[in-house]
Amino acid sequence: MVEKSVAPALELRAIDKRFGTVHANRSLSFAVAPGSIHGLIGENGAGKSTLMNIVYGFHRADSGEIYVHGRRVDLGSPQDAIRAGIGMVHQHFMLVENFTVLENVVLGVEGGALLAGGLARARRELEKLACDYALAVPLDTVVSELPVGLQQRVEILKALYRGAQILILDEPTAVLTPQEADALFNMLRRLRDEGKSVILVTHKLREIMAITDRVTVMRQGVIVGEVVTATTSPRELAEKMVGRAVLLRVEKKLAQPGATLLAVRDLEVRDRLGVARVKGVSFDLRAGEIVGVAGVSGNGQSELLEALAGIRLPTRGSITLQHHDLVREHLGPRERRALGLAHVPEDRLRMGVVTNFSAEDNAILGYHDRAECTRGGWLDRAAIRKACEGKMAAHDVRPPLPSLRIAAFSGGNQQKLVLAREIDVDPRVLLVGQPTRGVDIGAIEFIHKKLVALRDAGKALLIVSVELDEILGLADRILVMNAGEIVGELLRADATEEKMGLLMAGVKSEGPA
Amino acid sequence: METYTLIVLTLAATIRVATPLLLAAIAGMFSERSGVVDLGLEGKMLGAAFAAAAVSAATGSAWAGLGAGIAAAVLLALLLAFATVSQRGNQVVAAMAINIMVAGLGPTLALAWFNLGGQTPQLDGPGQRFTSLVWPWASTAAEHPFPGLLYAQLLSGHNLIVYAAAALVPASAWVLFRTRFGLRLRAVGENPHAVDTAGISVTGLRYQAILISGVLCGVAGTYLSTAASAGFTRDMTAGKGYLALAALIFGKWKPYPTLFACLLFAFTDALASRLQGVALPLVGVIPVQAILALPYVLTVLLLAGFVGKATAPAAIGVPYAKEK
Amino acid sequence: MSASAKLPRWAERGLLPLINLAAALILSGVVVKILGESPWAALKLLVSGALGTQEGIGYTLYYATNFIFTGLGVAVAYHAGLFNIGCEGQAYVGGLGSGLVALWLGDRAPLLVVLPVAIMAGAAFGAAWALIPAWLQARRGSHIVITTIMFNFIAASLMTYLLVNVLIKPGQQSPESREFGANAFLPAAHELFAKIGITFSPSPWNLAFAIALLAAALVWVLVWRTRWGYALRVAGQNQSAAVYAGISPSRIIIQAMLLSGALAGCLGLNELLGSQHRILIDFPSGAGFVGIAVALMGRNHPVGILVAAVLFGALAQGGSQLAFDLPKINRDMVVVIQGLVILFCGALENVFRTPLAKLWPGRLARSPQPSGGMPVPR
Repeated sequence: MVEKSVAPALELRAIDKRFGTVHANRSLSFAVAPGSIHGLIGENGAGKSTLMNIVYGFHRADSGEIYVHGRRVDLGSPQDAIRAGIGMVHQHFMLVENFTVLENVVLGVEGGALLAGGLARARRELEKLACDYALAVPLDTVVSELPVGLQQRVEILKALYRGAQILILDEPTAVLTPQEADALFNMLRRLRDEGKSVILVTHKLREIMAITDRVTVMRQGVIVGEVVTATTSPRELAEKMVGRAVLLRVEKKLAQPGATLLAVRDLEVRDRLGVARVKGVSFDLRAGEIVGVAGVSGNGQSELLEALAGIRLPTRGSITLQHHDLVREHLGPRERRALGLAHVPEDRLRMGVVTNFSAEDNAILGYHDRAECTRGGWLDRAAIRKACEGKMAAHDVRPPLPSLRIAAFSGGNQQKLVLAREIDVDPRVLLVGQPTRGVDIGAIEFIHKKLVALRDAGKALLIVSVELDEILGLADRILVMNAGEIVGELLRADATEEKMGLLMAGVKSEGPA
Repeated sequence: METYTLIVLTLAATIRVATPLLLAAIAGMFSERSGVVDLGLEGKMLGAAFAAAAVSAATGSAWAGLGAGIAAAVLLALLLAFATVSQRGNQVVAAMAINIMVAGLGPTLALAWFNLGGQTPQLDGPGQRFTSLVWPWASTAAEHPFPGLLYAQLLSGHNLIVYAAAALVPASAWVLFRTRFGLRLRAVGENPHAVDTAGISVTGLRYQAILISGVLCGVAGTYLSTAASAGFTRDMTAGKGYLALAALIFGKWKPYPTLFACLLFAFTDALASRLQGVALPLVGVIPVQAILALPYVLTVLLLAGFVGKATAPAAIGVPYAKEK
Repeated sequence: MSASAKLPRWAERGLLPLINLAAALILSGVVVKILGESPWAALKLLVSGALGTQEGIGYTLYYATNFIFTGLGVAVAYHAGLFNIGCEGQAYVGGLGSGLVALWLGDRAPLLVVLPVAIMAGAAFGAAWALIPAWLQARRGSHIVITTIMFNFIAASLMTYLLVNVLIKPGQQSPESREFGANAFLPAAHELFAKIGITFSPSPWNLAFAIALLAAALVWVLVWRTRWGYALRVAGQNQSAAVYAGISPSRIIIQAMLLSGALAGCLGLNELLGSQHRILIDFPSGAGFVGIAVALMGRNHPVGILVAAVLFGALAQGGSQLAFDLPKINRDMVVVIQGLVILFCGALENVFRTPLAKLWPGRLARSPQPSGGMPVPR
């Protein structure tokens, strides 16, 4: 490359960081050239976020050195990082919801003890930035009223306003449609052409391939490879990330769908503010098939799933299971479980487990009043422990200790236990939200195989996932949601990423669906 | 005319009762806007009341008392900040602990130092109390019911702390909405993560806010023992700290509405003492206790959303930790 | 670094509270020193006053009875994820219920009738006083800490009104009811001991202590051994998980607060039926707040609460002795110590937990940093 003689925009040398006994970063070194887009890719828990938090001054490295444009810097706080010209766009936006865009941008760089002058100056400068980078945002709107894409733009503006020369983006596309992501990428390219450096932290191989110049791969706290993007392939990157050859497809036979087990008609769900999140959705779920619900996060999939599980009350429509209209009869999660509807929730730590409880107490969540766990009104402790041991053995949950707090298990083992709990009761219909979120590769394969096995055993499965690849790998039939509606239904054989991307962006499919 | 005089006198009493409430409520506003629940107003005020009375009694200077009151409240505030911000302890528990501790400590120290059964000596020497300032021509004006009496009773005739408290409202509104500190303070109570990533110390901001709260509570407590009364007595705050918190909630964490709430609550108090045993047309005698309970009932109704809606700062009560 | 370090169970439940208690006592000692008395002599007086005589022990357990009731009340709410600061008011109003029954039946029915009715009335009144804050929290999201504080004040106003205007014994100055009929007096411990031939010095320690022990056992069984207790703990730990599991958090909030208020409401059995034999102003005298300390120190477990309640009972009794024997100390010193115990057990526990946790480094292990989602290779 041409930058041989120029100092790297950012260089890390032998960065090391431990949290207690966890060695999150082991002697990491890499450099980012000025005017380039550098990808940082790795599995969940590989240490990417820790590393970036060190670069942003959020954590202090135990040892190692950081150079910015050839100058050694000491990044003890975000303030130091900002001063060194480093900006960061976090995955969860760091915005004050009830502040205006302008107030958010100036927070921390107000330019004086009084606000008025700084706000006026910021307004002028932001208008200029908006012109230069096509980053227009209404400055006086309260942030909570902006759509997610614009909120992200505010975050980028914040960094640029602080004079960032190095911009770190952590999983920036998680909340965007493919089209919005494209717009973001164009913007990043423009920044690169202006001479700024961009670090893109992601687990999506597609994005790495599409936009980065170089890519660094991390695994278990170490850098396992750094390559020029143009010379690599997704398969090579995936294998580096995981450390072994990766099964790229879930192996399964053609589905043999049977009778309809769950019928949803014209379902409407509104949130607490009365905004319709699911708008008149209808579909059938049949025995022996996996139906995947695809869509960008926040398009009504979560609300649909929760309405089916009985956690949210629909405002209209019907859900029929076992000749019961679950909506009209006001059947809650407990009654639905009794009818054979099981549910692995999307957000395991928020809903699927009680982190302070032992594994065995978590293994009866939702089933604590069943005969297996109780004698009269009493909990049958011995039976509960025995049942948990059984589940742990059958699903390879490690360590197999029922009395251990669930928080001490890895994400994959937690998820296996939740799955075990939900399928142990032999349900007819299984709803699964984000089956493998925050789960390591080994457990992913295990969980995917289990789900396919359940299908082959004649269960009806509905899987909601924001991971396109997971949907394509598992589903026999795919429903694509956008803005609360099912905008397309595809058989797996007809589904391509391009088609789904368009549907997810809200471009309705033509012809018979 | 009798009724008119009565009303004016009741309003004047309202101002006097409202002063410590207002000081404490604004104190709470700074702390709560930064995301720290301020149940400790009661204890900080009580501690200040004791320290102010004790030092004023010992030195003969109300101003020295004020200094001691502020120092005491600030010390308690520092303890609170250490427990809740540095140690990330439970904010409610820490505040309750301080309230209880101070409730015991005041009388204990008073007994040991003054040997008067848990009180401080009566402050009757010159300069030991903050006395009322009579404005020019007030006594002459008082002879003319309108507007003279209003001038004499409502504008004139209060001590310095009352006027300071009145000035505090616009001042705190200005700080909160027009300054860098105010912006950061509001931000840290809503989303401390945003503040931290913007390179501002969450801990530093919260300490500042809690210390401001300490200073203002110090003034409020000093008022109680060296202006409103002449010395410290056991449990002399009598729930005023909690009432101030209620006023703050009632005022939706904003300076001017909080002022209004303080005046309203103080008015019910002033009214209660006027209406004691007085039979009103239609309703007869209203029990004093019913009027005294009114601020609490009103606050509960507000919290229940039956009269308006109070939205607390989003991050209130949650200790800040870097990792989510 | 981590939210709170993890300790082995015995250290968490035993060692840490002891260290916290010691810290509170040492600081109290400093205060005593400042007051010009010897901390060591004060401690000896405190212990001998509380436990040195049969009478002292009797008083200690009499105070402890109040604290068991309120401590259990705080703890049950805590398991539902609620901070019930209103035990003071619930105990006050609950005592009214028991007291009214005692006034009504005290000279009409035998104790065997009066007692169960008084228990039910006390529990019902206490529960009723907790119901409104509970309902407001469950249905309208009003913060229960604030509403229960408000209800403490409203209870105080209500009770003052009732005692001054309604219940006051005619022709009397102080706002107190008339004395209960003798059948409403709970037998004192020394009387009961006398029946089985054991002599014990007279003290207000009475049958209510046994009721408190029963209540503690009941709470233990209910919280840890029943389906309802499981649901309670799920809802207290994680509301979303409760909804997911088909447990209604709002129903649990209301049920837990009813139980909490009922437990606190039983304080009147000990204080009024057991000792004062009339209803009087401010009879809970802070026991509701001590209940917070007791629950915190007892880690919200009935056994811990019993231990902590006896400890605070001893403090209350020993403190009286202290005030009696040392001229420079009054009973308020006990309140200081209570405050310090709450401070160390409830708000400053990380001060000692973090260094303590270093002794068991394995427990500090945390899962690596969360990052976005997971990779699915294609």
